[in-house]
Amino acid sequence: MSLKLQTYGTTLPHFSHVAIGRITSDPREPRQDHVLKVDRVGEISELAGYAGLLTLENLAAERQRALEDTGVPTVFGVKGFDHLEDGDVVALHPGGYVRSLYRIKSRHNALFATDRCNSFCLMCSQPPRPVDDRDRIQEHLRLIELVDPSTTELGITGGEPTLLKRDLLRIVSRCKEILPGTSLHILSNGRLFYYGSFARELGLIEHPDLMVGVPLYSDLDFEHDFIVQATGAFDETMVGLQNLGRFGVPVEIRFVIHRLTCKRLLNLAEFIYRNLSFAAHIAFMGLEMMGFAVPNREELWIDPYDYMEELQAATQFLAARGMNFSIYNHQLCVVPRDLWHFCRRSISDWKNDYLPECASCLVRDSCGGFFSSSLQNGLSRHIVPIRTGGEEEQRLQE
Amino acid sequence: MPLGNRFFGEKHYVPATDGYSFLPFRFMRWSETELLLVNDVGDFVFLPLDRFKSFIGKTLTRGEVCYRDLKAKHFLLDTPSNVPIDLLATKYRTKKSFLHGFVKLHLFVVTLRCEHSCSYCQVSRVGESRSRFDMSAETARRAVELMFRSPARALKVEFQGGEPLLHFERIRQIVELVESGKQERHVEFVISTNLVPLNDEILSFCRSHSILLSTSLDGPEMIHNANRHRKGNDSYALVLQNLARAREALGKDRVSAVMTTTRLSLEHPREIVDEYARLGFDSIFLRAISPYGYAVRTGEALRYETEQFVAFYKEALDRIIEINRSGTYLVETYAQILLSKILTPFANGYVDLQSPSGAGIGVVAYNYDGDVYASDESRMLAEMGDRSFRLGNVHEHSYKEIFGGVVSLALVASSILESLPGCADCAFLPYCGGDPVFHHRTQGDVVGHRPTSAFCAKNMAIIRHLFELLRSGDPFVRNLLTSWATGVLAEMAEEDVCL
Repeated sequence: MSLKLQTYGTTLPHFSHVAIGRITSDPREPRQDHVLKVDRVGEISELAGYAGLLTLENLAAERQRALEDTGVPTVFGVKGFDHLEDGDVVALHPGGYVRSLYRIKSRHNALFATDRCNSFCLMCSQPPRPVDDRDRIQEHLRLIELVDPSTTELGITGGEPTLLKRDLLRIVSRCKEILPGTSLHILSNGRLFYYGSFARELGLIEHPDLMVGVPLYSDLDFEHDFIVQATGAFDETMVGLQNLGRFGVPVEIRFVIHRLTCKRLLNLAEFIYRNLSFAAHIAFMGLEMMGFAVPNREELWIDPYDYMEELQAATQFLAARGMNFSIYNHQLCVVPRDLWHFCRRSISDWKNDYLPECASCLVRDSCGGFFSSSLQNGLSRHIVPIRTGGEEEQRLQE
Repeated sequence: MPLGNRFFGEKHYVPATDGYSFLPFRFMRWSETELLLVNDVGDFVFLPLDRFKSFIGKTLTRGEVCYRDLKAKHFLLDTPSNVPIDLLATKYRTKKSFLHGFVKLHLFVVTLRCEHSCSYCQVSRVGESRSRFDMSAETARRAVELMFRSPARALKVEFQGGEPLLHFERIRQIVELVESGKQERHVEFVISTNLVPLNDEILSFCRSHSILLSTSLDGPEMIHNANRHRKGNDSYALVLQNLARAREALGKDRVSAVMTTTRLSLEHPREIVDEYARLGFDSIFLRAISPYGYAVRTGEALRYETEQFVAFYKEALDRIIEINRSGTYLVETYAQILLSKILTPFANGYVDLQSPSGAGIGVVAYNYDGDVYASDESRMLAEMGDRSFRLGNVHEHSYKEIFGGVVSLALVASSILESLPGCADCAFLPYCGGDPVFHHRTQGDVVGHRPTSAFCAKNMAIIRHLFELLRSGDPFVRNLLTSWATGVLAEMAEEDVCL
């Protein structure tokens, strides 16, 4: 059920800048906010003023010229746009590429702040690209204006969003201003919050519902630095986390469990409790077989079933201390039942799948399922439909 | 299988040299084969003797699990980075945060009158005239004024006696003064009472001002009545009757009880614990025999009594664990305080186990006559004729004179364990406290002599016992003690009970 996030078509020669707008299939004001999505284009002269036009129609040459006169960025002959809903926000690229930036029906919307990163994690699912995308800030600010204000959660991810520096602060301020009811979740390696002034400025925005999710992969500096492939990263992240804590920005610790990190899970839990007891949430995440995890598979892969003892010890430790945590990206059939109520359906809908045998599983609807990418080379040997234990299922439903 | 060629191996991130230096820690021999290491913030590690020697000899290698544990817990430093020291500093600041805000616990002795004549009390004045031993309205007003000079954002006001309810008029005045003057402060009220003078008016006032009641219960009827003399020998029956009434009016969790251990109590640990469980209390505080109000015992006698108390304590604690195992949640408060110091990164506000001691900086007692004392024990001493820890008087002295005076400063200087002979090198230091008033009373010296100190002997034995329980391998006990420390009624612990 992984979802389509892009489509493409043909563009007009005058179309030279990325155009962003909210999808509408009916004429709607204000036009500069909307991308009109129509199967066939009617009277062209009536289209002036829209942020963009998407159509399945293969426009004849004179109709192309007429459209060009309106100045409306147009992608025509689009190869399918049924995945676009009214209220979605799209970017139309001059090459004819139509990218979904925001989907109104999804709970997993994120603003991709940048492709750059200052770490190079062994298991990065979205490897960074060293491109200069600093000018995308206007696109980000525009996106925030077009997002539906009733959106419950918006992520800010990358790459490493803090590389935007002050522009990241602008994004957060803007969200506070026009999306006050939307909780904001920034995924950051936290290293730049080593600079107390940056953490303080983020805190001073006083966003009503902000959390920064920061990965910490070990209680030992050299192990963490190895995994993120950056000397000094552990120190910067630890100071960064403390700075965020000091300036009142809620933090989440994110921990990806794989062969290199699973042995000291309990030690890490203890380290977090002793040094980062202010953490609002701790996420224990299964490995996603994407990006760098693929070439590094032999070094990283471990059947999740084989680290359940360590996971159980770490989570019991935290639970007994009132720390708030969740288990992400794990299938219920691999996890001991006493941990089921900590498991969340965490995999973003556009990359979430189930196996055919899951159809007969009693707890399928409570289970987070799989990363689409894991179906190839990231399956536990212990995947088996659950056929007993209606009680737990009910507990999960509650 | 090596990593892709764009990646470096772990060796690349490990310091080139193998050396390390020590971060501050203390240690003690635990057994023939093991040592306990504790750092300044209460993190601890047990090491086998040979690993300890290797650690001390700086020959431990990075590949060893204990090396990694010692590094992660900040016992050793193997990088030029300042960050481990900064993290340690943050933990230290957290552990010592009981110092923030200065005096938080304010005791008001509203009267010395009492209708009990308990064996262990030298304070109460039975049947004395009203005016002589009651706090005046003006004294109360000045004491409250003084209290508000404390920078603490959260204050606890505790009414003591005598029997404070015999002078309820003064309690009412103080509560109202505090309520109207507290501004942004959070204030909690507690009345320490034998519950005998309780009436509907008092209960309704307590309800509308969210006042907690703390009563005295020494155990089953035989022990309680023997300890707590009263004409008619009916103290126990009155406590039970009024306890029910107070719980009815205020809610079960609004009434707690404390016990005082006497020589008679020492013979009945299980009966005392069972009495608390039977009456539905969710905590019991097994307090050592107080040297206030007794003839002072020293040397052998005191040591013997301490040994007896420790035996009593262990047996009572065993009983408490049994009761929990059978499904009734009951906390032992002294263990809870120590365990929170051992198992959590947080500070504990119990004034008798702090370094420096809480006397005069965490707690203060305003006596009925306006004299200000460094603690409840200090004013008890004064009633026995020893006014060593009188900080001043609300009518004669300023805030600065009272709280910044020589008595206050001497108490602090003599209770910083980190600088006291016998304490400075003790592995248990981060879990323990200084008690200068106790040592003054029992040893005639505020610093005191640890090898003969009953306070030291008691805490050494109890802390050691708690570690032994934690390491006993019984997951129920470990989960239970952890839940006391963290205040989390862990689902895990509950599940263990179910299984």
